[in-house]
Amino acid sequence: MSKVAMTVNGKSVSGDAKGNTLLVEFLREDLRLTGTHVGCDTSQCGACVVHVNGKAVKACTMFAAEADGAEVTTIEGMANADGSLNVIQQAFQDHHGLQCGFCTPGMVMSAAALLKENPKPTEAEVRDYLEGNICRCTGYHNIVKAIMAASGQDVGAIAAE
Amino acid sequence: MPKDSGIGAPSKRREDVRFLTGAGNYTDDINVHGQAYVHFLRSDVAHGTINSINTDAAAAMSGVIRIFTGVDFEGVGGLPCGWQVTDRFGEAMQEPGHPVLAQGKVRHVGDPIAAIVADSLEEARNAAEAIELDITELPAVVDMKAALEDGATKVHDDLTSNLCYDWGFVEDNRDAVDDAIKNAAHVTTLELVNQRLVANPMEPRVAVGDYSRANDESTLYTTSQNPHVIRLLMGAFVLGIPEHKLRVVAPDVGGGFGTKIFHYAEEAFCTFAAKACNRPVKWTASRSEAFMSDAHGRDHVTKIELALDVDNNFTALRTETYANMGAYLSTFAPSVPTWLHGTLMAGNYKTPLIYVNVKAVFTNTVPVDAYRGAGRPEATFQLERVVDKAARELGVDPIALRRQNFITEFPYATPVAVEYDTGDYEATMVKLEEIADISGFAARRAESEKHGKLRGFGVNCYIEACGIAPSNLVGQLGARAGLYDAATVRVNATGSISVMVGAHSHGQGHETSFPQVVAEMLGIDEGMIDIVHGDSSKIPFGMGTYGSRSIAVCGSAMVRATEKIIAKAKKIAAHLLEAAEADIELKDGQFSVAGTDKSVAWGDVTLAAYVPHNYPLEDIEPGLEETAFYDPANFTYPAGAYACEVEVDPETGQVTVDRFVAADDFGNIINPMIVSGQVHGGLAQGIGQALLENCAYDENGQLLSASYMDYAMPRADDVPFYEVDHSAQTPCTHNPLGVKGCGEAGAIGSPPTIINAVIDALHSGGYDVTHIDMPASPSRVWAAMNAVK
Amino acid sequence: MYAFDFERPTTLADAVAALSKDEAQALGGGQTLIPTLKQRLASPSALVSLTGIADMKGICTSDDGALCIGGGTTHATVAREAADSFPALSDLAGNIGDPAVRNRGTIGGSLANNDPAACYPSAALATAATLVTNSRSIGADDYFQGMFTTALEEGEIVTEVRFPIPEKAAYMKFEQPASRFAMVGVFMAKYTDGVRVAVTGASEEGVFRWTEAETALSANFSGDSLSGVSLSGEGMITDLHGSGDYRAHLVGVMTRRAVAAAR
Repeated sequence: MSKVAMTVNGKSVSGDAKGNTLLVEFLREDLRLTGTHVGCDTSQCGACVVHVNGKAVKACTMFAAEADGAEVTTIEGMANADGSLNVIQQAFQDHHGLQCGFCTPGMVMSAAALLKENPKPTEAEVRDYLEGNICRCTGYHNIVKAIMAASGQDVGAIAAE
Repeated sequence: MPKDSGIGAPSKRREDVRFLTGAGNYTDDINVHGQAYVHFLRSDVAHGTINSINTDAAAAMSGVIRIFTGVDFEGVGGLPCGWQVTDRFGEAMQEPGHPVLAQGKVRHVGDPIAAIVADSLEEARNAAEAIELDITELPAVVDMKAALEDGATKVHDDLTSNLCYDWGFVEDNRDAVDDAIKNAAHVTTLELVNQRLVANPMEPRVAVGDYSRANDESTLYTTSQNPHVIRLLMGAFVLGIPEHKLRVVAPDVGGGFGTKIFHYAEEAFCTFAAKACNRPVKWTASRSEAFMSDAHGRDHVTKIELALDVDNNFTALRTETYANMGAYLSTFAPSVPTWLHGTLMAGNYKTPLIYVNVKAVFTNTVPVDAYRGAGRPEATFQLERVVDKAARELGVDPIALRRQNFITEFPYATPVAVEYDTGDYEATMVKLEEIADISGFAARRAESEKHGKLRGFGVNCYIEACGIAPSNLVGQLGARAGLYDAATVRVNATGSISVMVGAHSHGQGHETSFPQVVAEMLGIDEGMIDIVHGDSSKIPFGMGTYGSRSIAVCGSAMVRATEKIIAKAKKIAAHLLEAAEADIELKDGQFSVAGTDKSVAWGDVTLAAYVPHNYPLEDIEPGLEETAFYDPANFTYPAGAYACEVEVDPETGQVTVDRFVAADDFGNIINPMIVSGQVHGGLAQGIGQALLENCAYDENGQLLSASYMDYAMPRADDVPFYEVDHSAQTPCTHNPLGVKGCGEAGAIGSPPTIINAVIDALHSGGYDVTHIDMPASPSRVWAAMNAVK
Repeated sequence: MYAFDFERPTTLADAVAALSKDEAQALGGGQTLIPTLKQRLASPSALVSLTGIADMKGICTSDDGALCIGGGTTHATVAREAADSFPALSDLAGNIGDPAVRNRGTIGGSLANNDPAACYPSAALATAATLVTNSRSIGADDYFQGMFTTALEEGEIVTEVRFPIPEKAAYMKFEQPASRFAMVGVFMAKYTDGVRVAVTGASEEGVFRWTEAETALSANFSGDSLSGVSLSGEGMITDLHGSGDYRAHLVGVMTRRAVAAAR
């Protein structure tokens, strides 16, 4: 066990972590931030994507100790200050970009990272950026649409229902 | 203008808020105070005799609470099969035992041998490695046809062979079909494989068992599509716990697609062990574990023959299918290749004679059961591939050939025992032709060819049987349960409503769409109505969500219960308004006396029901709560026409889906936004089956696609934006909402569309390829092209 | 995962010392190693994370014009910062895994692991890169020794990779549909004194140079010059996703495309 301390969603937190404690385990079990999900064990599904120091990473493929001292943002930290859905979350609801909700936190975190790098992505750029986020419910149609809408683009003209 | 609330409105999903903020409550998010963790030691060989299991050293290791093996479950029932198929000789299928933990033998890679309960998962895994297993490996039975040969190794020693059943349907048609094929002007024959798939909901399965000594009550939290079915099967058949001492909770569930219908060993184990250890016991599957323990789907090998007369009318259809059951019979496995497959072989066509033969086979592989569409994708794939092949052989337009053979009059009794109540296949085809811009295809093909690509157009029709199912009918067919559903509408004193439903929402959006129906009926705001689902202690005894049944069956129960509410509320209103009950009208949440301006609001009536000071107590009871059970009179029959365009890179064999159009008839629609989403998801799974996904075993029964490293899941860049339409609507004639269900259509209709398009593309490049088995991966397409070069 | 100690030194010297312990193992970005640990396929006594060593991160150009990339540099950084100086390498790095993987995975980790389907080995071999470790420099032709096998000694760390920048180059990857690793990846690099072609993903022996193609392209740098050159499927990987013959065929296709795309 060693002490790890980090800032999660703007709050300083600390706890004990074993060497093999993954960041996602620390978030889910120690901090009870259960919005970050685990959908695979080969680092492919992306349900666990969080931001560490502003960059999207897979929390299942990083040790908690490696996030010592870092700024971490999870899905629980994405809403507006007044608790309302932020522009990406709202676009996901408006465009039905989620069904079972399990992949959704990772999708939202990846979308946020994309729009930071590329504020007006094309359809192809969105699809390419989501390579590491698997959704089994939506067929991606409304996820892609939601992300483009969140970027301020008129998706009515882009994608049919 | 679309409505902004009630039936037909694209209401935004209220459940989204919790999912988008990380506040969902999935089973793995549940930790019960004092819980222990279980790790299952699973077989790494496909077939073997267990000589001994020595747990002594492991049991002494740090953190270990108890280690269970098959011996501990000898006094406990096995996992039951919920459907008994009768074979074509009138005999019951062969039905092997299915122990919770292996007894004597292991029969597939992943078969659980021992369960280690420990303070932590890491300690449980450490202990598993210290268990000394002595297993004599036996030859693995993998290939279905080899499994049926004389002298084949048997998966179950106590059965006469590896044949579960040899089913003929309709057996009385057998000779007539043979004759019709013999005398046909043209017969098109196709041999094909509908490959094994893994459902892969993004949330792996989880089970948490808890036991209360205070009241001798067991609770199971589980990732299930149907908590009451699990309570029934586990309580009555496995553990012997009466219903009132067993609570099953399926909270937020991260997708199901069929694979979370079934009752699994891990659920029974956690419930059993929680009592045995006096500790809550939690199991969370890793994805790798899911690949070898979730029931798989499909896995049919089929020969199909279509007979046509000189005018290209379909005259007869004959199929022979080998259906893989895997090592044990999963909950509904026997029904999938039979009653969910053979009954759909007529498709959208008036073929007068049909005979379907299915041999279900035991192999040393993971059990196979329903996966999105379940039997209907297999039927559609065969039929629509053979029709397409016939069109090519005869040199006729594939759309014209389909159209010519469409069923046009309803109700229509098929030669495979079902009666389509309504439909209009011409209407969806016309809609498809409008959207697909077929006239522009030649120009798009020319453009592709400029870039060295081959472009193909594929078309497909489908029909499915949803709204599962009339209980008396399925009872005759071998179902061991009723397939009604139930809803309780509980109106609270202030007029808000909780609707407790047997259906379970794990992506379908019931929490939004179900209130739309009740709100429409009562004329009140949707926000006043909440849906309660997923907890057997809160909801009436309903059968859950699968087979596109939720709105058609449970929704109908909810309508019936709401009608009872309205009837009683009108009595109360009549009393309050001092008018005759027959004169009371309900509109926009107001009860009024016909022809007068006298009215009383919804909330006044509901308050009167619970504060019955001025109330007809001599006639009716206080309160406003009604339950209805609804048993459907028939299946529902959604149908549609699909088209797609693909590009094939002739140098690599890579197929790209460029366009996909789906025109569906789902009858009436509650929430068009949700319906479109259901189609999108189904299409992606169908495209996945057609081009990417393949659950493969080697000859030793080792799973080759055991993780996302080898099992290709469709991703965002594998699929296009879809064009979906559901404006062609022939309402279901026998349920109160006129709805048919939309959950599986996309997955049923899309695989043959894609393969038809791939074949078309290859022909345009001069490659005379008649068929490619799914997935049409780059290497397979390249090999198929090479084979005809 | 098995239990292990976790160390995160901030200097190379401390990392080397930590790795001298029995069964200690280096951890780069962990994008391959952590999934391996989850499967309990490795049981190190200690993991020594290299992500805290600032000196191992970053990209610069050396006096002799080589692009020097610190072993701890992530794929995302390479994709971004090599875009102008070595676009083919930037493209390669920008298509490894997915964005989240590229934010953690490192060039040193990838080359030390030498997965037969990894992208970077082909770039290193095709450019005759030099792999600098804490104790020596190793030429790429000596470094790769078969799948998952390199010239590295126990505890040796790839601290920097020096790529001689070619006149023109391109990397063409044909992805395995499930893992999205390279089913075949071809890195083609043209220098004044000739062309080098390195292939990843295809061979049972790991990354290799396709010398026949190099000879043909060195003589005449055009796709047509490859028309008489082909590779045998023998020794190529055969699996669920394709036969050895298919992979051999793809090597030809991808090489031609790399020539056409070279810049």
